[in-house]
Amino acid sequence: MRVYRSVLKLRLVNGLQYRTAALAGVATQFFWGFIIIMVFEAFYEHAAQHLPISLKELIQYIWLQQAFLVFVTIWFRDNELFELITSGNIAYELCRPCGLYGFWYAKLLAQRLSSAILRCFPILMVAYFLPRPYNLILPSNFETFLLFLMGLLLGLFLLVAISMFVYISVFMTMSPMGSLLVFSVLGEFFAGLVIPIPLMPDWLQKLAMVLPFRWTADFPFRVYSGHIPEQEAMIGIAIQLGYLAALIWLGRIALNGALRRVVVQGG
Amino acid sequence: MIKLEGISKSYRIAKRQAGLRQAAKALFHRDYTTVHALKDLSFSIQPGEIVGYIGPNGAGKSTTIKIMSGILVPDAGNCTIIGYTPWKDRARYVHNIGVVFGQRSQLWWDVPVIESFELLKDIYKIPYPDFNASLDLLIETLNLQDIVHAPVRQLSLGQRMRCEMAASLLHSPQILFLDEPTIGLDAVSKIAVRQFIKTINQEKGVTVILTTHDMNDIEALADRVLLIGKGSLLYDGRLEELRKHFGTQKTITADYKTAQQPFIIPGADLLSWSPERAVVSVDTANTNTSDVIMELSRQVDLTDISIDAKPIEETIVQLYKEYQI
Repeated sequence: MRVYRSVLKLRLVNGLQYRTAALAGVATQFFWGFIIIMVFEAFYEHAAQHLPISLKELIQYIWLQQAFLVFVTIWFRDNELFELITSGNIAYELCRPCGLYGFWYAKLLAQRLSSAILRCFPILMVAYFLPRPYNLILPSNFETFLLFLMGLLLGLFLLVAISMFVYISVFMTMSPMGSLLVFSVLGEFFAGLVIPIPLMPDWLQKLAMVLPFRWTADFPFRVYSGHIPEQEAMIGIAIQLGYLAALIWLGRIALNGALRRVVVQGG
Repeated sequence: MIKLEGISKSYRIAKRQAGLRQAAKALFHRDYTTVHALKDLSFSIQPGEIVGYIGPNGAGKSTTIKIMSGILVPDAGNCTIIGYTPWKDRARYVHNIGVVFGQRSQLWWDVPVIESFELLKDIYKIPYPDFNASLDLLIETLNLQDIVHAPVRQLSLGQRMRCEMAASLLHSPQILFLDEPTIGLDAVSKIAVRQFIKTINQEKGVTVILTTHDMNDIEALADRVLLIGKGSLLYDGRLEELRKHFGTQKTITADYKTAQQPFIIPGADLLSWSPERAVVSVDTANTNTSDVIMELSRQVDLTDISIDAKPIEETIVQLYKEYQI
């Protein structure tokens, strides 16, 4: 456990160095957030039928998505790990007395955490003070907030577990870009990052429901806005835990398999 | 301590000719060739030895090191190192070894060296007193006082290599694998690295296996040499033996007052001749050097003479030729 803690610490310290990147990120996310909100606003104004999620709830969803972007996107990656695999520097990681899965998991988790710490608070704060109806509002009660927090953290753990498969696949493909594209296009779509899941057609919603991706973003954000009621949220958290256990278990098997056949590239 | 028996390892390599057409063809059908990196390799090493592991590029040196350090799984054969099979008991086994890959880095690029050391402390679960003791020792012997607090990216190659060495020894391993530790270093850094290897071997009894292309490393350090070529072990023994066996050639350079014509000396080959200077080579297995000098002084009026053993590099090149590797 100690190792994971120090990897986490080292990464956090390291990540906090990049202030300018964070500032640029915040600006981009605001810009992006506004565009998406405007698109949806136009869409809602001319909607013929009653939509399954209100614009107010959707705005909460979008600001949270922008604030916690690094918690929910697969393309936010660690190029160092890709390089380790494709250049053969993985040799050093392999002669350490700790499991590679846990080690990498800690690294990836720390990277997302350190980025999020710098980015989320300014976005959340400014979004809170925006004029209505574009502002972020507090959840209706404290329980909802707690459930959201748990859902968000578990969602992050789940996303890191999913992203581990991207890295594992690079052992076979040797192409980080290819693996990344496949995973992020599919994963982010089914997480509801492009279109919120309630707005998808029924058959697509059914598909999204059985995949693990929606539990990383769609679920916690809708818990926050109250679109998912508390009772349902608790069940959801149990499902997140189940998915997390399953994905970590599968990831370990896959990584061990990959390591048994590993070729250390480059002499 | 280290015992390898019949280790074999092969790689599959996708091959194609250059060009777009060939690349397109390779989308549907790939040709693979199998490269046998190691063929039935066996040797054993005793505690406290420094073993030089030499061979041309692609001979299988790094592959052997990777198998011995638990990174690669061989196709066949057994390997027992201090009671462990490296690739099976990896996590427990690696506590006992240190590895330095001269061409790679284990330090975190953007943070000061000491942060990487601290992380390694936690990875290897080194208790604080032990960590501080070995850190102090390493900082002192490797002369790291001024560089441990600098970010790795701002270190020179020589400085970084010294830090890499320290990183691999923080957990006081019994065995140290060095894969080309002196690659790219200047003469001063090379000597520092060699001195250090010698010190830890003598004072802490660390067994050292090092691969290198620099024969001076071997000459300065290794009691024993393993020569590998095309995945097979070709020679195992002392460096002097190797030299005695193959390096019996000596060259004699003679300066003399102007001579009219080339001379002939029985048992020696004339390599070059000018009216003032000649170089002859002598095979000391058949001819006595002193006889040649005596004969020389009888034929010309010598002003200066020097005798050189063939440099070990040339011996190795000759050896590679002999074994056709």
